[in-house]
Amino acid sequence: MSDSICRSLRDGALDGEHAPALTLKDSLDSPFGARAFDHFLCNLASNVSLGRSQAKSLVLVAFDRSPSSYLELLKSREIDVSSHDWLRIVDCYSDPLGWQERISNSGSVNGTSLKTDWTVATDVRDIYKLLNVIVDLGKGAVELGKVRFSPRFPDHRCHLPIQFISMLSLFFLSVVIADQVSCVFWLVHSDLHESKTVASLEYVSTMVASLEPRIHHAKEEMSHSENLLWLQQNSSGGKFNVRLKRRNGRVKVFCEEFLVEKVGLKFIVVPSENAIVNQTLAPKVQFNLQLSEKERQDRAKVVLPFEHQGNGEDIRIYDGRRSLSKEQDDPHMVGPAMSSTRLQTDSDRGRGEIHYFRDSDEEQLDSDEDPDDDLDI
Amino acid sequence: MKVDDNSEKNLLEEVIGGGGGRVILVEDRVETSGSFVLHHLLKSSFSSDSPPSVVIFVALSRPFSHYHRISKKLGCNLLIQKENNRLFFLDMLKLQCPGDARNNDNNVLVELFGKIQNAVEISSSLEYNKGYINIMIDELSLLEITTHGSVDEILNFLHYCHTLTSGLGCSLVMLNHEDIYSDALDRRLLSQVEYLADVVIKAEPLATGLSADVHGQLTVWNKGNYGENRHSRNNVSNFHFKVKENGVDYFYPGSLA
Repeated sequence: MSDSICRSLRDGALDGEHAPALTLKDSLDSPFGARAFDHFLCNLASNVSLGRSQAKSLVLVAFDRSPSSYLELLKSREIDVSSHDWLRIVDCYSDPLGWQERISNSGSVNGTSLKTDWTVATDVRDIYKLLNVIVDLGKGAVELGKVRFSPRFPDHRCHLPIQFISMLSLFFLSVVIADQVSCVFWLVHSDLHESKTVASLEYVSTMVASLEPRIHHAKEEMSHSENLLWLQQNSSGGKFNVRLKRRNGRVKVFCEEFLVEKVGLKFIVVPSENAIVNQTLAPKVQFNLQLSEKERQDRAKVVLPFEHQGNGEDIRIYDGRRSLSKEQDDPHMVGPAMSSTRLQTDSDRGRGEIHYFRDSDEEQLDSDEDPDDDLDI
Repeated sequence: MKVDDNSEKNLLEEVIGGGGGRVILVEDRVETSGSFVLHHLLKSSFSSDSPPSVVIFVALSRPFSHYHRISKKLGCNLLIQKENNRLFFLDMLKLQCPGDARNNDNNVLVELFGKIQNAVEISSSLEYNKGYINIMIDELSLLEITTHGSVDEILNFLHYCHTLTSGLGCSLVMLNHEDIYSDALDRRLLSQVEYLADVVIKAEPLATGLSADVHGQLTVWNKGNYGENRHSRNNVSNFHFKVKENGVDYFYPGSLA
């Protein structure tokens, strides 16, 4: 499923659609979010550098690592960063609050300063200025093209007022809906914030990937040996749960496992017996949600009221208004009110009509599929 | 003076691993102090077995005389290290913190960071310094006094200290108490520092109760060296320790003769 996320980030946004947004979230029980972020960053950077993605440039907002460490990471994955044309970095790590400038007593505290390789933000609390810097960098990289940026959520290194955290979801929303943004992804440590803050970020996202421990257990209830075993098991890997929101509103949940290796994370597809989780959100119940073959055949024989019956008799159509039809002559008919109407004749011209055309014979009569799902409206 | 942990210290140090530019967090409890780990790391920084390193020590809980006495028992003279510019001791016990720090953006911590950065720059310029620069903070929770309880200001300070680890290859070693954070809101500082740490060392009492031969246990999670650690399949190690007058014994459970 991690490959699907990579493809989605690579393919970017459709015309008229918002950019795909990925939220990566982890917790102290499985604190490997940074490694997962590196995995998707390197994959995306590789595609951008080779011109295989929709985005032509990548704007990286570095909050908890220095820009040089990101460059070393990309170099270690054999990604060419010698030319910075496709890569722009906003350094929110080196001096996010302007302390360096205060210590050296030089210049103003607010704003950004430009270095040779990347832009240094010296007041990350000014969220609007930061947004402008990001968008301007992207526009400068590819004029009137698609730009892309991939920020880290600045949660655990900088003092940020509460209202700032709340503004972040709006900030990301602004980025997602910006016309020139191809995709966006960020990392958040879920246990450092209120659940509503994390939820607001998830609402903005089209993809939510959470890194969770292999075994959930209350630490308070574990003995020391159990706690040590739990720590050993979860320090080498965990579960990678992904929730996708499709354009038509359908939500899909996938689950993979990951192993922590020296070079990064290795994703493993879970065995097929657990694949039911990957197919549907439907809970496991003791009654059948699917039709048997006989039930399917019986349902096919049912003539629905809006279908043309064409045998010359009155067509009974439920109109939902009249309690009992005057023409009703079936003594056994009780319950739903039915009205009768004849096949359309010349005398009926000028009256309201509803024409129904089935898209194909393969379509189920009671299908809940959105017929316009394949249209880019 | 004889140092008894010459052979056993390898156990702790090999589990921790080597290299600069890392964050090491020592968590202890009121039943089991983790100060001896700081003393161990302080002494090993000046050990002749390793490249000569520089230590910038931020002391918030004890005066210099305390560290000097213990280090002498471990075979290390801190006064000489200070004279040789290999130890920068920042005594924060006498620090004055007037007013509400939350209103003036806490100049105290800005100044403290300025002192640390200045010491790092001096150390980096020394020709004979071919080792690492270690920044040690003893202990972290007392920084809340300087910030008048503002956790955010401490996190800002730690962020700037962390920039020294990536920019100049300094290591950051911190001691913090685990059991003084009772609820989720209080744990924010501890949780964020745990995210920050590359190595987490927890000093805990024995689960089986008090013992004359074993003073407690250390659980070490080295997050940084996957695939390199020989001692633990999952980079999580657990072993016992015994603090003695002039050293510390580290040993795996059941291996004490």
